[in-house]
Amino acid sequence: QCLIPWRMYPTTLISTRNSSIGILHDTLDRNSDSYTRNSKVMDELVSQLHSHILKVMEGGGPEAVKRHRSRNKLLPRERIDRLIDPGSSFLELCQLAGHELYQESLPSGGIVIGIGTIHKRLCMLVANDPTVKGGSYFPITVKKHLRAQEIAAQCKLPCIYLVDSGGAFLPKQAEVFPDKENFGRIFYNQAVMSSEGIPQIALVLGSCTAGGAYIPAMADESVMVKGNGTIFLAGPPLVKAATGEEVSAEDLGGATVHCKTSGVSDYFAHDELHALAIGRDIVKNLHMAGGPEVSGQTRADYKEPLYDVKELRTIAPTDLKQPFDVRSIIARILDGSEFDEFKKLYGTTLVTGFGRICGQPVGILGNNGILFMESAQKGAHFIELCTQRNIPLIFLQNITGFMVGSKSEASGIAKAGAKMVMAVSCAKVPKITVVIGGSFGAGNYAMCGRAYSPNFMFFWPNARISVMGGPQAAGVLAQVERATKKKRGIQWTKEEEEKFKAEVVEAYDREGSPYYATSRLWDDGIIDPADTRRMLSLCISATLNRGPEATKYGVFRM
Amino acid sequence: TTPAIKSSNNQRIEKILIANRGEIACRIIRTAKRLGLRTVAVYSDADRDSLHVKSADEAFRIGPPPARLSYLNSSAIIEVANKSGAQAIHPGYGFLSESADFAQLCEDENLLFIGPPASAIRDMGDKSASKRIMGAAGVPLVPGYHGDEQDIDFMKLEADKIGYPILIKPTHGGGGKGMRIVQSPNEFADSFLGAQREAAASFGISTILLEKYITKPRHIEVQIFGDKQGNVIHLYERDCSVQRRHQKIIEEAPAPNVSSDFRSHLGQAAVSAAKWSGQGILGLGHCVLGCEQSEDQPQVLFSIATPHLTSPPLCLKAVNYHSAGTVEFIVDTQSGQFHFMEMNTRLQVEHPVTEMIVGQDLVEWQIRVANGEPLPLTQSEVPFSGHAFEARIYAENVPKGFLPATGVLHHYCPVTATSTVRVETGVEEGDTVSMHYDPMIAKLVVWGQDRLSALIKMKDCLSKFQVAGLPTNIDFIIKLASHRAFQNGEVETHFIERYKDDLFIDGSNSISAEKAESAAKHAASIVAACICQNELATLKDKAPGGLHLWYGNPPFRINHFAKRTVDLEWENQYSISGSNLLTVSITYLPDGKYLVETGESNSPGLEIQVTQLSNNDYRVEVDGLSLNVCLAAYSKVTPYISGPYLQAVLGPWHTY
Repeated sequence: QCLIPWRMYPTTLISTRNSSIGILHDTLDRNSDSYTRNSKVMDELVSQLHSHILKVMEGGGPEAVKRHRSRNKLLPRERIDRLIDPGSSFLELCQLAGHELYQESLPSGGIVIGIGTIHKRLCMLVANDPTVKGGSYFPITVKKHLRAQEIAAQCKLPCIYLVDSGGAFLPKQAEVFPDKENFGRIFYNQAVMSSEGIPQIALVLGSCTAGGAYIPAMADESVMVKGNGTIFLAGPPLVKAATGEEVSAEDLGGATVHCKTSGVSDYFAHDELHALAIGRDIVKNLHMAGGPEVSGQTRADYKEPLYDVKELRTIAPTDLKQPFDVRSIIARILDGSEFDEFKKLYGTTLVTGFGRICGQPVGILGNNGILFMESAQKGAHFIELCTQRNIPLIFLQNITGFMVGSKSEASGIAKAGAKMVMAVSCAKVPKITVVIGGSFGAGNYAMCGRAYSPNFMFFWPNARISVMGGPQAAGVLAQVERATKKKRGIQWTKEEEEKFKAEVVEAYDREGSPYYATSRLWDDGIIDPADTRRMLSLCISATLNRGPEATKYGVFRM
Repeated sequence: TTPAIKSSNNQRIEKILIANRGEIACRIIRTAKRLGLRTVAVYSDADRDSLHVKSADEAFRIGPPPARLSYLNSSAIIEVANKSGAQAIHPGYGFLSESADFAQLCEDENLLFIGPPASAIRDMGDKSASKRIMGAAGVPLVPGYHGDEQDIDFMKLEADKIGYPILIKPTHGGGGKGMRIVQSPNEFADSFLGAQREAAASFGISTILLEKYITKPRHIEVQIFGDKQGNVIHLYERDCSVQRRHQKIIEEAPAPNVSSDFRSHLGQAAVSAAKWSGQGILGLGHCVLGCEQSEDQPQVLFSIATPHLTSPPLCLKAVNYHSAGTVEFIVDTQSGQFHFMEMNTRLQVEHPVTEMIVGQDLVEWQIRVANGEPLPLTQSEVPFSGHAFEARIYAENVPKGFLPATGVLHHYCPVTATSTVRVETGVEEGDTVSMHYDPMIAKLVVWGQDRLSALIKMKDCLSKFQVAGLPTNIDFIIKLASHRAFQNGEVETHFIERYKDDLFIDGSNSISAEKAESAAKHAASIVAACICQNELATLKDKAPGGLHLWYGNPPFRINHFAKRTVDLEWENQYSISGSNLLTVSITYLPDGKYLVETGESNSPGLEIQVTQLSNNDYRVEVDGLSLNVCLAAYSKVTPYISGPYLQAVLGPWHTY
């Protein structure tokens, strides 16, 4: 099929051939059954995703929103929109945190986080949603806040906290307050980031009660809104109970008190818009030495992929057993669909190679089947190449695991896998993982799962994640169960076994869903496959905000 | 075939000082440059960077912003003329153009004053005296009393004689100050005393004259031109009837609905007025005796018996009127009679309409006449073709009674000049229209084969004339020019008053208020989409390194479209407060499209596609309509919003 362009555009093709040999061919068969099936299923998955998003966008519901607006307050995403450069992009993360996690619904976990530009400087924005449970911190809220700080610390992004929160959610205090990765860690992170020269800025747009009071107090600079913003360790009711003193919220901890008398806050804002404008000015005046780190490798004039990115929706299999060539995805992510493949003929179940995403160089690792010894070694080799050259890594994860069996064990597959895991763990270049299909077992580790601290990790709506597949787990568990029952002399009927297996499969199915994962922040969000390229381009840009770092590996088992 | 030069001082002008500012200074400089003459501009502190200063070969500071300390400061100007070595001073219009003292001072300093002799300026400047002279010259006057006797009872008798309605007018000053219309005898005393008081307060001279008040008058004026050889010709008439606050806004030449007989009568009357205007009485006597000067001078010999005739009629030495002048007539549309009103001894603001129909450059004529050259054409050689309009574009607040506006001309893009379209302007984008001077931004002059084609062209040009940052009268002039009565040439001095219901917005009219609101919302939607497009383009251009990715279009949002609200200030003429906030909600869609909603639940919103053509210009597609939009962005400091303030100019002009 590549002959047709030869006849039609001989000169064009010759020049293209000369410039790059790496242009990926379009191997997508648009007439196949799987194409039709996949697009149908994926369309449903994407519209299901959009409807979930639409729901969380509404925050705590019309009543709460109305009450909120009546106080001359904007919703968290509106606040962010007015804080970032007008009409610029905002990379919202963990949109579906807390999705069906608790008895009560907690849209977006009660907090909105994401990356945007303010005066052309990338910032991490963290905004409480007071329409959701008064902006109080549930365990997942804390986790999401900490995740935002983790990204900010990794990418050296100034943090802007749009504070409007009642503090810890008291009924769940045991899961919120005491542990290492709990509420206190927020202030710890603020202190450490500040010490590293990462600006911490708080805009107090509502209440900051008790522990919450430390967010502005720990900030490098803070702004308070007259009337709406309050900071106190204990609110008027508690003060009355404790000391009998009767005092209004404004007199106790309003903007006037803190900007004029206590010095807890630095800037006095007349209203919310004023506060947001001051917030923008603070960022404008950061003047961080050297400004944002910008990779000299980034090209401003880049080509779009040759093939329609929307077709990504039809490529990813919705039935994970069905094989497909990951190159057809790579062809829709990289500039000009140009992919210079590394070790193309060796360890073919892992595809590795170089390309660019919106002008930014990347190294890509994509699964094309289970990992063999060769593919794992190739992966480790390729990661070493990229760390040497400061090239960000993109993992396109679709992996059922490593090859099993005596032959494989004898070849030292565990050793090869360990090499790749070592390389992934120690690589100090930006790492971004997209789960485009299955994420099972040790494959998840080698392909930079959450435990390997990728800078960003996303799921496609068709993705699955678990230690192994549901049917396999059911098989294993059924074997164990049968053996136990046999020992006790209990008969296990065929129906009972099938029922047992079905239950296991059902549980795996539920827990392996990307919604289950994203709700618990095992990732940074579920994305529409068609957005993958744009999403990745912004993530890479954010990671490049930090300068290159040298990678040091541990002991490789040879 | 240039006639021999008969210059008194045998010296040709090589360098001209222009004792003026704004468009007229620029216009004079343009002609001077074409003739190869060097130009000297003068400026006040307020005009340091203005166009006329930049256009001239040299420019000198003459004082602080108030005109009386700068552009009216004769001695400073004379000093500059001497310092710069200019031989002549062109006063333009306004300021010192009609100051006999200044003309005299020039003469004394051996500088050529480009204008008529000081005596003519002096006589014509005194409205009473000019009328006496014209009456003596046989030029028809409005029946009235222009005498010195100011006793109220006497004046009342005179008024009764003339017949009501009567116009009471101070002899000095202008701008309508102290003028009163008296409808019946019993109102006379009050009005008379009031006028006297106001005149005394405004001009220091309380002399009053009486005139018959013409209910449906037209203001028609004739351009005349004289040389130092005694030739005087006319260059046809202009109609300047349409006025507001006693100031003209649209002028045209020739006057519409006028017979050629009437035209030639008017021309002749103007020429004889001009010939006599130079022959002042200078307080020597109270009568004028015509005398034979040359064969084409009027052969009228008469004397007027005035009550204070103390000396026998004197035959004065004639002083010829030379340079440009305008004889203004009031035409009674009911009787068809015309009467002399006054004579302006200068180049008029509206002189370009005459230039357009006769194909001459009057400033060049003025310079040549000042040089002592005879007029380049005789009366019969003056061409006469087509029709010309002039619209005066002012920075003013039309709904607030045409109150002059001040501020910065943040965006200024006049129509392109062609052989039939002239834009006379003295300002550039970024200039300030200050309170110190006339708020005129530009004069738009168009020529067409006939009146209607010229009118169509003018309306088109006006609709493409872009000014942002200041309120202007452009919309109003378009409305005026589109009025049926104006199109029919039914012009008269009270035109705006007569048709005010059609021309002004009636705040209580709920139907048109609603219409205006929906049109404003539609326009606001388009503007909002353009603003978004503009912002993205600007930010993307300026983004360092790889950050341009964050300013892609549409802005990226995960799993939803980016949305924002924009507050637009709408100058709502139907609302009491004058301005309304229109809040529009914009959703960024792919492919440069925007979904714009104006907050009404029943309206589905507009899907607008925007293509940026250049810095300010956009092509917008909405509902199958494709149109150009010009967006002017400028900084305006507002309390919370630091950033560009945008004002949009939509075209083709939406006539709400």
